[in-house]
Amino acid sequence: MLNVLKIAVRNLARFGRRTLLTSSLITLGIAGVLLFVAVSGSFKTIMIGQFTDAMLGHLQVHRKGYVASIDSLPLNLNMPVAMVGKVEQVLGKMDAVEAYAERIKLGAMFSNFTETTSIRVSGIDPDREIATTPLLPGRLIGEKRAGPLLKPGEVLIPELIARGMKVKAGDTVVLVATNRDGSVNGKTFSVAGVLQSVSGPSGKDGYITLEDARSLLRMKDPEVSEIAIRLKNPAQLDAVYAQLSKELQATAGASADGGKQPAEGKGAGSGGLEVHTWADLSPFSSIVKMIDLLAVFIKIMMVSIVLIAVMNVMVMAVYERIREIGTISAIGTPPRRILSLFLTEGLLLGLGGAALGTAISLAAIYALNIWKVSIHFGMQQDAIRLSPSVSATDVATIVAMVVVMALLASLQPAWKASRMDPVTALGHV
Amino acid sequence: MTLIGAERLVKTYRTGEVEVLAVRGVDFSIESKSFVVFVGPSGSGKTTLLNMIGCLDHPTSGKLTVADTEVGKLDRRAAAEFRGAHIGFVFQDFNLIPVLTVYENIEYPLIMVQNWPEKKRRAQVVRLLEAVGMSAQAKKRPDQISGGQKQRVAVARALATNAQLVLADEPTANLDHDTAYRIIELMKKMRDEFGTTFVFSTHDPKIMGEAEVIFTLEDGQIRKPAGKTVEKAEALHA
Repeated sequence: MLNVLKIAVRNLARFGRRTLLTSSLITLGIAGVLLFVAVSGSFKTIMIGQFTDAMLGHLQVHRKGYVASIDSLPLNLNMPVAMVGKVEQVLGKMDAVEAYAERIKLGAMFSNFTETTSIRVSGIDPDREIATTPLLPGRLIGEKRAGPLLKPGEVLIPELIARGMKVKAGDTVVLVATNRDGSVNGKTFSVAGVLQSVSGPSGKDGYITLEDARSLLRMKDPEVSEIAIRLKNPAQLDAVYAQLSKELQATAGASADGGKQPAEGKGAGSGGLEVHTWADLSPFSSIVKMIDLLAVFIKIMMVSIVLIAVMNVMVMAVYERIREIGTISAIGTPPRRILSLFLTEGLLLGLGGAALGTAISLAAIYALNIWKVSIHFGMQQDAIRLSPSVSATDVATIVAMVVVMALLASLQPAWKASRMDPVTALGHV
Repeated sequence: MTLIGAERLVKTYRTGEVEVLAVRGVDFSIESKSFVVFVGPSGSGKTTLLNMIGCLDHPTSGKLTVADTEVGKLDRRAAAEFRGAHIGFVFQDFNLIPVLTVYENIEYPLIMVQNWPEKKRRAQVVRLLEAVGMSAQAKKRPDQISGGQKQRVAVARALATNAQLVLADEPTANLDHDTAYRIIELMKKMRDEFGTTFVFSTHDPKIMGEAEVIFTLEDGQIRKPAGKTVEKAEALHA
């Protein structure tokens, strides 16, 4: 085998310019794909982090049907105390959960005493909210005050409303809300700060404390609209989602919670509860899917480039060496060894291009990390700094694809060479 | 001892609608360790006959035996194995592998065909390099040596596997007369040294004179030639 390898290397070196061109094509293809995977992966990770750590959490638990009606923030689909207790009980036992925060979501009228507009408000426990969405304080625009993020009687308002209503931190505003019984209540708040907007639902929400929300809505019982959950390791999202759905179902089954039927499938929990991942709740998940799809198409393009380039070279190699094939066949070289010789040449082309492409892409990724490349996205005021990286699995997968394609591309020419009639081949001019 | 035996050997080719009778029922036998030449004009069937003896082509009918094996019945793989084990080839255009050195060209069949161990291989190649007088050029590539030297290497490569039979189709056609003569002398010397049977074809009347057995082909048949041990062929015709 070593000798076949040696001869294959020399044959490739014999047609040096062609080998170099083909290898360069493979190198460019693989470097392009790995760079795209690294940069888009970094963009994806950062953006997902923005959504989960500044707003959504990794998972959310709602009462069944709440998310379907989330635009109207239905107060009649809040989780009652007993239901919240069961969820807390389950979450308390799960090691993968780092923190969770209860929220009351409501729609209200926002008044600066001269103008009125509508606003979506989340009632939160500031400490638990920060533990669950640690980037929330970072969304505050302007000077950050010392002390807690939010105190009773204070409201954090979204940037758009602050700008439209000409309201700034320290101003007094009024929130007026209608509770589930239809009665209206108003309450004055001091603006504690202005929040940068984030794309998606609740990205333009204002925040008040849970107590203020319950007071505004005249809630008799401490109901909750949603429970946001932060995981210790976001990579375990799917596993935790499945476990949580199962545990909530078991809990609901054990307590026969009001005879509610467990729902099935993604975004569904049990016993009148639903579990959703951040991807179910954020429109960015569609962008993530598009990025993933784009990566697949780019990989297909690269594979096609490899296939065509290697096949072209190998077809030419066989055509140009017909007499040589006739000679080695005539002196008794077994057909399988002729096949292996040409397959080895194709394999080496693929391996060489893949190795060089990987080296170049890793160097480029390293350079991008040193140069600290930043991009602006959506309404984010601060530029997002990309930190591209590529996993060993990604590298191995792409290199394996290239090598397999190079082998497949060489198969037909190699087969043709091994089946060549020596008399015809020797007579070839 | 007879190495090659042909009885009523026929080879026809079909070119479109036209059937060409290349070899028309020839009978001959070639003794082991002999130095044999097939002569004749272009299209007389020399190459076709050598191709059939070398298991590169199948006879249309008749019986052809080489080293006690009826080679006409060998399939593709068996024919390749048989060639690798029993037959060496010397080509008109030398057909050395351009990416390999002189040493490696001679070594090639020992690696790719017979898979000899390294030590044994080296001993054989060194011996052959000395025998054909190419030791000094062992590290050169084919494009760095002359035509005569290339053919010497080709002869050494043909002998590398200790073949019983070396077939050479017009081995001197691309060489000047002196070089051609020296190549024939070399082949004869190799026959004497290694006990190998050499069968070659040529147009050159001076070269054919070096052979011990001469078969003259004309229109695919062995004709009555002038000289030497032609009686053997005639005897078979009778």
